[in-house]
Amino acid sequence: MSGTALGALGAEWTKLRTIPGTIWLLLTAVVVTGAVSAAAVASTTCRSGAVCPVDPAKLSLTGIDVGQAVVAILAVLAISGEYSSGMILLTLTAVPHRLVVLAAKAVVVTGLVLAAGTVGVLASVLAGRLILPGHGFTPADGYELVSLAHGPVLRAAAGSVLYLALIALLSLGAAAVVREQALAIGAVLGLLYLFPIVAGAVSDPTWQRHLQQLGPMTAGLAIQATVGLRGLPLSPWAGLGVLAAWAAGALLAGALVLRWRDA
Amino acid sequence: MTAGTAIVAAQESERPGRGGFGSLLHAEWTKFRTVRGWLIGLLVAVLVTAGLLLSGGDSCGGPGNSGCTLPLGPGGEAVNDSFYFVRQPLAGNGSITVQVTSLTGETPSGSVSGRVRARSGPGTGQSMRSGLEPWSKAGIIVAASTAPGAAYAAMMVTGTHGVRMQYDYTGDTAGLPGAVSALSPRWLRLTRSGDMITGYDSANGSVWVKVGTARLGGLPSTVQAGLFAASPAYSQVVSQSLGGSSATGGPTLATGTFDQVGLAGRWTGGRWTGADIGGPDAMYPQDPGTFRQAAGTVSVTGSGDIAPDVPGSGGGGGISISQGLVGTFVGLIALVVVASMYMTAEYRRGLIRVTLAASPRRGQVLLAKAAVIAAAGFVTGLVAAPLSLAVGERSAHAGGAFIDPVAALTLARLVLGTAALFAAVAVFALGAGALMRRGAAAVTVTILLVVAPFIIGTVLSAGGTQWPLRVLPAAGFAVQGAYPRYPQVTASYSTVSGYYPLPPWAGFAVLCGWAAVVLGLATWVLRRRDA
Repeated sequence: MSGTALGALGAEWTKLRTIPGTIWLLLTAVVVTGAVSAAAVASTTCRSGAVCPVDPAKLSLTGIDVGQAVVAILAVLAISGEYSSGMILLTLTAVPHRLVVLAAKAVVVTGLVLAAGTVGVLASVLAGRLILPGHGFTPADGYELVSLAHGPVLRAAAGSVLYLALIALLSLGAAAVVREQALAIGAVLGLLYLFPIVAGAVSDPTWQRHLQQLGPMTAGLAIQATVGLRGLPLSPWAGLGVLAAWAAGALLAGALVLRWRDA
Repeated sequence: MTAGTAIVAAQESERPGRGGFGSLLHAEWTKFRTVRGWLIGLLVAVLVTAGLLLSGGDSCGGPGNSGCTLPLGPGGEAVNDSFYFVRQPLAGNGSITVQVTSLTGETPSGSVSGRVRARSGPGTGQSMRSGLEPWSKAGIIVAASTAPGAAYAAMMVTGTHGVRMQYDYTGDTAGLPGAVSALSPRWLRLTRSGDMITGYDSANGSVWVKVGTARLGGLPSTVQAGLFAASPAYSQVVSQSLGGSSATGGPTLATGTFDQVGLAGRWTGGRWTGADIGGPDAMYPQDPGTFRQAAGTVSVTGSGDIAPDVPGSGGGGGISISQGLVGTFVGLIALVVVASMYMTAEYRRGLIRVTLAASPRRGQVLLAKAAVIAAAGFVTGLVAAPLSLAVGERSAHAGGAFIDPVAALTLARLVLGTAALFAAVAVFALGAGALMRRGAAAVTVTILLVVAPFIIGTVLSAGGTQWPLRVLPAAGFAVQGAYPRYPQVTASYSTVSGYYPLPPWAGFAVLCGWAAVVLGLATWVLRRRDA
């Protein structure tokens, strides 16, 4: 059994490693995350003496909002790619235990996303550390430097990497359920972006709060908050927990569908 | 696959000599129409666009308060018309002249959490500090009546915008600049002649300059005229995040001091009467304004504003009709999936080779596909937009919220603009599908460029950043903007309420530019690349 699992892991690693798209998607995820973060901090300034409604750490990690979409493609293609090429038949013949296939894919994708996410997040933090003090966000004005030596910033940065990994798992589960890549990615991105948009338009504060607590993106990104924690709809780690629940649910659904449906 | 048989059927029906773009269009239409999943996708797009309920309730009343409305100005727009009015009736033509020697005020120093609200203030125990809002105002006014929303023209001194002549809520003309004080007083005059009200200002009471003339249609022969003071609610956003913001704020007060009040014409009252107009209401629940007369001077204290309402800025105002269209974002995601698959499915099944063998002019194939998907998108939007506006209105009504009315032309533009938005985004997604051939990549790129900038833009706009909504395809959402910005009203003008950085059709042109470029690139690549 452990031999099968290790073999499946090796097979998934080889497959994902040798698809030309994988390395490009990982690079894109890193570049997009870093570039959007840098653009966000570069285009935000605070006049001296003014009170700006900005959380420097969260602002520096803005790139995650976009980078997550690239990560979602990677995860969706890990499954849907096999369905569109017919490869899935070969895979399931080689490893008949389907849950092992899904688990192996999850492990490999998570590992790759953790690696790429770490690079992207470090680039974002660096951009925030270097650019923000020149834009009026200095300790003298009451803003913490975006530095990993500061506990909450470290939590926000590490949490953002975990956030990306959870998004990948959510996408993997969705792809196992839907199979068709365009549909899977549409469903994932729809789910992610739906909640912030609706919450922004709802005028009842109670409803707004509930929507923010429920949405995988709005809840998960609570991990990036470093100021005003008491005013958050839910605490940073609880927020990441909500996203983890979504990911677990998607994986479970994917596993059930994979187990019971013809490939 | 059904699409495969469909194209064979389409080719059979093609008669020799007729060929050309028409039959190509017919073939592509047949391919689209016969895939059930795509039609279901469009139906989903309509349903989610219209089905996302917005729950109102932050307006002037709680849920079930059906009597909640704002007055409408002479131009039909929703207005705030609450101020302290010290008046006398003026029969026929005449004029009023005053010297203003000071304008002072009070603003709140506490904070309220949640969305922008103005629930506390003077009279509710919130602490106040002295200070003026930029648009705190005091001066002289000639109004058709004391009913909220009545036609008026006024000359006033303001917090930081100098002397202004304002009329009928939306009109605003600058007069003398600079702040008013005892050392640097301002003289103001309004004269009425029939329907015409002319405003003058002067720094010394002898040299007068005409600021402007307002024509108030249907002004009765006896009007209400006199002194007034008003001060709009203060609000400042203190934090902003995905889908929510919190603000500090509350009502403010302004006090103007007048002397040397000179009246000409038939002023029939004999003495001044003071009254709060339009208030105290939900927006300004504080104790009423006052006026004091002593030794030739009159000081008037008031709160509120005489100005157009900015929907979505909270504080008891209305909400935006654009909020009913919030489902557009989700509907577009469904449409983008369909439009991308319409292209990428050709590659997955190898159908593209049949298609290109049947019509070797590749550019025309893509054009025909673009025409079909644009039409499908347009119809989807045309069905979804009125439906979601109706659902939004119902839900706002049930929640006791008031939707600021818009002109019929604006309403038509909202519907047609949303339909055009759907069409353009569909073409963009199709082009992206042809460029990238992979559905996942095409869908993601389109959603990132069309939908995500709105979300990220909302976060960044706290720092004053709106470029994503100017240069990216998301600029096209500007067609859903419903209300003009008013320089004379300080408010949040949020994108959720339909205030976009670009004018409606300019933003749409940006989106069309992107769609054209992507389609052009796709044509070029399709011609050069092996299928």
